[in-house]
Amino acid sequence: MKKCLILLTVLVTSICAFAAQTVTIAAVNNPAMIELKRLSPKFEAQNPDIKLNWVIVEENILRQRVTTDVSTGSGQFDLVFLGLYETPIFAKRGWLKEIKDIPASYDVEDVFKSLRDGLSYDGKLYALPFYGESSMLMYRKDLFAAKGLTMPEQPTYEDIKKFAAALTDKSAGIYGITLRGKPGWGENMAFIGTLVNTFGGSWFNMKWQPQIDTPEWTAAITYYVDLMKNYGPPGATANGFNENLTLFASGKAAMWIDATVAAGSISDPKESQVAGKVGFANAPIAKTPKGSHWLWSWAFAIPAKAKSADAAQKFALWATSKDYIQMAAADTGWATVPPGTRKSTYENADYQKASPFAAVSLKSLQTADPTDPCAKPVPYHGIQLVGIPEFQSFGTVVGQNIAGALAGNESVAQALKMSQAAAARAARQGGYQK
Amino acid sequence: MKRPIRTLLQAPSVGLLFLWMIVPLAMTIYFSFIRYNLLNPDVHGFAGFQNYQFLWEDPAFVPALINTLALIGSVLIVTIVLGTLLAVLYERRFFGRNVATLLVIAPFFVMPTVSALVWKNMILHPVYGLLAHAFFAVGLTPIDWFGRFPMVSVIMILSWEWLPFAFLILYTSIKSLDREQREAALIDGAKPVQMFFHITLPHLKRAIGVVIMIETIFLLSVFAEIYTTTSGGPGTATTNLAYLVYSQGLQQFDIGIASAGGILAVVMANVVAFFLVRILARSLKGNT
Amino acid sequence: MESSRSRSWLFGIIGWLVAIVLFFPIFWVAITAFKTEQAAYSPSLIFSPTLESFHEVFARSNYVGFALNSIYIALGSTLLCFIIAIPAAYRMAFFPSAKTQSTLLWMLSTKMMPAVGVLLPIYLLFKSAGLLDSVWGLIGIYTLINLPIAIWMSYTYFREVPSAILEAARVDGAGIMSQIWHVLTPMALPGISSTALLLIILSWNEAFWSINLTSSHAAPLTVFIASYSSPEGLFWAKLSAASLLAVAPIMVMGWLTQKQLVSGLTFGAVK
Repeated sequence: MKKCLILLTVLVTSICAFAAQTVTIAAVNNPAMIELKRLSPKFEAQNPDIKLNWVIVEENILRQRVTTDVSTGSGQFDLVFLGLYETPIFAKRGWLKEIKDIPASYDVEDVFKSLRDGLSYDGKLYALPFYGESSMLMYRKDLFAAKGLTMPEQPTYEDIKKFAAALTDKSAGIYGITLRGKPGWGENMAFIGTLVNTFGGSWFNMKWQPQIDTPEWTAAITYYVDLMKNYGPPGATANGFNENLTLFASGKAAMWIDATVAAGSISDPKESQVAGKVGFANAPIAKTPKGSHWLWSWAFAIPAKAKSADAAQKFALWATSKDYIQMAAADTGWATVPPGTRKSTYENADYQKASPFAAVSLKSLQTADPTDPCAKPVPYHGIQLVGIPEFQSFGTVVGQNIAGALAGNESVAQALKMSQAAAARAARQGGYQK
Repeated sequence: MKRPIRTLLQAPSVGLLFLWMIVPLAMTIYFSFIRYNLLNPDVHGFAGFQNYQFLWEDPAFVPALINTLALIGSVLIVTIVLGTLLAVLYERRFFGRNVATLLVIAPFFVMPTVSALVWKNMILHPVYGLLAHAFFAVGLTPIDWFGRFPMVSVIMILSWEWLPFAFLILYTSIKSLDREQREAALIDGAKPVQMFFHITLPHLKRAIGVVIMIETIFLLSVFAEIYTTTSGGPGTATTNLAYLVYSQGLQQFDIGIASAGGILAVVMANVVAFFLVRILARSLKGNT
Repeated sequence: MESSRSRSWLFGIIGWLVAIVLFFPIFWVAITAFKTEQAAYSPSLIFSPTLESFHEVFARSNYVGFALNSIYIALGSTLLCFIIAIPAAYRMAFFPSAKTQSTLLWMLSTKMMPAVGVLLPIYLLFKSAGLLDSVWGLIGIYTLINLPIAIWMSYTYFREVPSAILEAARVDGAGIMSQIWHVLTPMALPGISSTALLLIILSWNEAFWSINLTSSHAAPLTVFIASYSSPEGLFWAKLSAASLLAVAPIMVMGWLTQKQLVSGLTFGAVK
């Protein structure tokens, strides 16, 4: 009898030991994430009962898959990578599990408050940020020095125009500035959203009437189109973040306003021909400093119908912890650790030494406020976006119209008029205008 | 053959396809008449024709219809004309013809997303694409293909993808051309051009019909290439109906609008098919 | 004769020129796969080859798993397609009824709904049936979307076969199945082979359903490519390497069967 009991216990415990939980993770294919996947066997070694299953795809496909999965509760994924845009929308619908019981060692206060607020709903946290970014100006110190120009600490868009004019040398293949032109709510509209904000414009007024056909937008878009036509590279309407990164890293552009995360690749001599020659400044302003630089984060969230929710949370906590950042630093150096999430990263002396962009990035991240993005009061959250589901559609339509103006196929006035109509239709269809 | 056996042969396919068509179609029709946004469950209820209205009042709707037809027509013309010429050319024996054939067929094997990316970034890009380098080398400014000639660029990519298919079908058909008939015509003193128009071309009619039919079906809902390169722009220059449904419906997860768009696309496709069948009626029925 | 020899020389040149132009983008992808990321943007043909992109790709993703899924799905759906399609095409080609033409057209019309419009109904159906992320689910979908093409093309090729031959077989005492498998199919083999090739390629490259209906277990190579297609940072060498790996199996297979298809084609035993 005793023997049987012992045998049974051994059997049961060995079965339990082999009963591994699988955590299926849906993630985006950016370098920080690829690095996480590479280091994840360390987590699996520490937690032998958890097995990680990775599904890594590009951003647009990820968004579509995750949204379909989470909103229909199909439970295909246990951990999903969400942006600052979707998280409050999904949380409001009750599609995400609240992140609870965070251990004190995780030091959740160390995570930037703007990110925590952006990823919460109704005071509860629904996602753990893995990566945060704002936008800033990157410029070629060597080209500036050659022309005797200095970048002020807070440049204005007027300054930018002057610099671009002085630095453009098309016969030598150097363009004064390159900016996003590829249509998309997260592509060109991310930058243009900030441009419009700082010129004093906004997407909607408090009554949800679109504000696109206004002097502020006209001034901003005219500035953008003229700047790019005179001092930008050809084919700008096909240039998104990646293409501009290539242009700048191969030395063809003197200035570039884009995500703070680009700085890591730009400063890596393996990936960039201009490493060591780049200076960093705050994103330029025009009439108002509000909303001049964006805030974005990719964060880990757990769908409500996830099958291995506890294991998923465990992994998410591990991947966004201070220890992980140390691990990544030991592996590929401080300049390429997941940026923009914790104060402690920026306070680290090694990080500051390895990353000439740390100070400007930090300032940008801390001053970007999605709850107060515009000069005038607005009914939505979001600096470079409007936090409603319909934005993905009309945001892209507006992006397409502006790309059309940039390509010279239509006038700025026409583009704005059509964009105004598109936003109005969307606001009506979505029932925002009462 | 006895009746019941005849029906039995056909029954599985007809039955399956019937189910496959009816069930999603019924669901799509249903969804198109309600308000249903995945991200906005507060919005619900009967919508009547609102979803349809939203689409056909969209300023991009008519351009989308025109673009769809223009796209199909252009790619058909390019692939069939070039495909026929190539098939006639390759029918002659020349050195290493088999290997050359394999090279010609190769583009059809490549995934559309990859094709589009390669064309956009490696070949047509005005700063570091191959064509740009070629232009620079002779001192000209490169053309911004996707900015100034978006439709032409998309048609180029699609033609490159489908030419191998057209070539394969036409080539297979040409190889079955009766040798005796041709030799008899040669003896009668027929010139090559005459042979082409009076013997080769009529023989190819059925094959051309196959190519037109299949390419039209696929080109009607072409999506990946546009999505990867121009995102329907600039403006609405390359938005076709499928892309419109995506951008107005799926992208914002509005299932009502996406379903209405699907139904509209089916209607349009049936109209196109109606005319197509009329034109092709002769080559679909009867032996050559 | 001299003129025909020089003519054939001319044809050869034009033929090869066209082939090279058409193949060039693929050739470019193939060599970019062996360049470093930095060199990937330059147009030079001379470079020092490296396998680092391939290493990276193999380290990052489970290529073999994706490839196996692609193979199962493509072959499985094509086989299933033909099992259902050939009897139907036989019936339509040799015993047509008044409704045959319209049935064929109706079948083709099932392909006219753009996938983007019907994604969600199918997704919900699959979810309730538990078919999400399953190889059989995808085989089912691909069979259904390719069936009209299989039937239609088989029908077209069957019509080229004179019914006299089948008559002769029937007179000799052959049953229906025997007629189909032992007489008809061998004769229509070139046409059926090109149809099979077409179906396999379509299934292999089909990206919309495969990406949306699978996650980790049943994901084919199209999902594999989606993780290289538009990331942040330099990615050309890696994408080229991944594309080469994704296209290679099917290109090899296609080229092998092409030889049987194209060379030595004689059509019809009856002149």
